[in-house]
Amino acid sequence: MNDENQTPASSVQQPSSKSLIATMGGIATLSGLLVVVVYQATLPAILENRRLAIERAIFTVIPGAVSRRDFVIGEHGILPAAQNTGGTQIYAGYDGDGALAGVAVEAAAQGYQDIIRILYGYSGKCQCITGITVLESKETPGLGDKIAKDPEFLDNFDALDGKLNENGTGLLHVIVTVKHGKKKHPWEIDSISGATVSSKAIGKMLNESAQRLFPKLVANFSAFEQRETDDVPESE
Amino acid sequence: MMSPNQSDPKPITADTFLRGIWEENPVFVMLLGMCPVLAVTNSVLNGLAMGLATIFVLLCSSALVSSLRHLIPKQVRIATYIIIIATFVTIVDYVIQAISLDLYNSLGAFIQLIVVNCIILGRAEAYASKHRVTKSLVNSLGMGVGFTIALLCLGAVRELLGNGTLLGYQVFADSFQPWAIMVLPPGGFFVLAMWLLLFSWLKKRREHVELEGSGAADGI
Repeated sequence: MNDENQTPASSVQQPSSKSLIATMGGIATLSGLLVVVVYQATLPAILENRRLAIERAIFTVIPGAVSRRDFVIGEHGILPAAQNTGGTQIYAGYDGDGALAGVAVEAAAQGYQDIIRILYGYSGKCQCITGITVLESKETPGLGDKIAKDPEFLDNFDALDGKLNENGTGLLHVIVTVKHGKKKHPWEIDSISGATVSSKAIGKMLNESAQRLFPKLVANFSAFEQRETDDVPESE
Repeated sequence: MMSPNQSDPKPITADTFLRGIWEENPVFVMLLGMCPVLAVTNSVLNGLAMGLATIFVLLCSSALVSSLRHLIPKQVRIATYIIIIATFVTIVDYVIQAISLDLYNSLGAFIQLIVVNCIILGRAEAYASKHRVTKSLVNSLGMGVGFTIALLCLGAVRELLGNGTLLGYQVFADSFQPWAIMVLPPGGFFVLAMWLLLFSWLKKRREHVELEGSGAADGI
């Protein structure tokens, strides 16, 4: 049996293991080289695209913002993102005069198909949410995906009430999604008919994020104001 | 090393190119690469981008496989082809990110999945490894264009019915109620089935005409 099997193979001149490894190694080296060259060449454009995408989202949710600065809110309070302390990322938007126009934060919750991720803007002046934009959603086209485009639904977030309670520990009114056409108060979100689950997901994620972050934000708003004039880290 | 004439005597003809577009169309005739065909054709632009990305990978990998065909030992050829294909897919992945993040996000994982597209491995194994570089390039271009045409055929119908637009431009009046199912996964299967029906009907009809023309069908 063995002899029979080996006869055709040996007649075709079996290449040595060395040459097999050399070929694979050579091709892999060439491949690695190509990938590295292209990676280096495209990296600036990719980073620029990412920056533009995030800025477009930030400037949509913070009316009047023309420049941004990144912060992180964590155990140590609000710090510039460059200090790498870990925590929730916050983008502060500034208007043409360099005054704080608002901050933008990401929120996420389970939607109908998958996790919906949004970015929303919050203004300390009115203590309200000033806009949302959907960053990632796989909601049903024609139904759930209206949360990203439906102008009537997005009007909910022009000035969605996010006032704190007296102790400053949470929201005065829970942000909640109500049935289509039943919105009476500025802290309610009028849902889209046919996209109830997706609309409710938006209400849920905003409420969770607001309850957690707004008390910290309101207490530390000066952190954003201080930093927009100088880049020097605070020293005491 | 063998001279090109010895290893590949037949010259390049129009058929080398056209084969992939009609007679051996990868989607409508060979039913290859169904995963991107069904998944990304919910709009014309997505289909076009996927088609162009596939053409690029096809051309580059065919050229490289064909030019290295005498150096690659038979025992490791598939592994080598996969490395070559994966390299060009990675390159396409970076380039698309650099061109447009929106496009990159809408194509999702299917850019990376070009690696396992059987059209490309099929071309490398069945054609590029046996033919000279120019001929492989022409043949791969034909296949790639055939694949792109198929993606556009599906994408156009699905976007038109599912969204009422074509390449993002409104086609129907506002009163048109989009068939959301068409841009959802089932729509891909429906539209593919319709195109396959059309193609097999055309093929049957041509065979019938040929039969009648030769007089064989006279007695029936």
